[in-house]
Amino acid sequence: MNKPAPAEIFAAFFRIGVTSFGGGLVAYLRDEIVAGRKWMSEDEFLAALEIGQTLPGLNSVNVAIIAGRKLAGPRGAIAAATGLVIPGAVILVILGLLYVRFRNNRDVAAALAGIAAAAVGLLFQVTLKIGAKQFFNPLDLAFVLLTFVLVGLYHVSLPVALFLIAPIAIILRRPRKEAVK
Amino acid sequence: MRELVSLLNVFCLLSLLAVGGGSAVLPQMEHETVTVHQWVSADDFATIYSLGQMAPGPNMTMVGLIGFKAANHAGMSDAWAFAAMLVVLLAFYLPSSFLTYAVSHIWDNFKENPWRDSVQKGMAPITIGLMLAGVHAVGKTASYNPEHSFHFNTITIGVGLAVTAILFAKHINPALLILAGGVVGWFFLRGI
Repeated sequence: MNKPAPAEIFAAFFRIGVTSFGGGLVAYLRDEIVAGRKWMSEDEFLAALEIGQTLPGLNSVNVAIIAGRKLAGPRGAIAAATGLVIPGAVILVILGLLYVRFRNNRDVAAALAGIAAAAVGLLFQVTLKIGAKQFFNPLDLAFVLLTFVLVGLYHVSLPVALFLIAPIAIILRRPRKEAVK
Repeated sequence: MRELVSLLNVFCLLSLLAVGGGSAVLPQMEHETVTVHQWVSADDFATIYSLGQMAPGPNMTMVGLIGFKAANHAGMSDAWAFAAMLVVLLAFYLPSSFLTYAVSHIWDNFKENPWRDSVQKGMAPITIGLMLAGVHAVGKTASYNPEHSFHFNTITIGVGLAVTAILFAKHINPALLILAGGVVGWFFLRGI
């Protein structure tokens, strides 16, 4: 495999940034990087995704950073992340300007209310889908609810909540010698 | 200028707190931008969030619009508003990206460390709890708003639940459902 130039990396991620309507960005990334351009093997991609999911930040942007770095170092990482983010940012500027201008229009306000209501449904579905395993495990469910109540209802500051809850949650899942993987 | 620094502070911190993805910081983001700093109204926040779902690319890029509105709100010119948008985008994406860049170098050293698995298993329910709190943070104005009539709220809750159900039943691009929500809203909500 020839190492692509940063410009080529930017172009590839820009394409994803333009076409990836409706979320599920990781699938778009895999199609382009693994299946399409063959810049990473399936295993390399999964390893990048694992890092991206574990560290803070958006999974898609983190994967772009790792893939870009692997392909062309710091300039590759910058090319990948900016290529991914810029198209959506430009479209959002346009949507935002329209919103500021027309938000008091009755028709626009009604359509936006419907859009926002649908977006809540989408986030709810994504939460239920990726949380399916956690909802049916009593210990996990306790942490789901504890986090929800502290941060969602009582507005305990997120860093404080993480410092309080995360160590306990991790220690309860500590590695056990007899555990079978 | 002080506003820009506040935006920088808030979104840099959010960037590093986004454990398990961007949705995990929604509740904290809503609290900081609506209640604490009053950069946007609760309605604005819900709308900006949903606009993010319609644009391609990472949907949390919508944070830029919060910066834009915050500058607007503080009476800054449009040029400054664009600067604020840029500040917020960089603040939200750079810290976590730097961290990922640095850690991906040394990640392989931890490959065999059993605690890595513990961290992932321990953090997973916390991420889900935060995402549920995100549903609540956006839903408390977008789905059930006490200022709206019972009729209005029935429709917004119905649209949300319908989207949830359809996504479980059918493989369909969520952006299309969001647009459909807009059509339903325009048709049923404009008179209320």
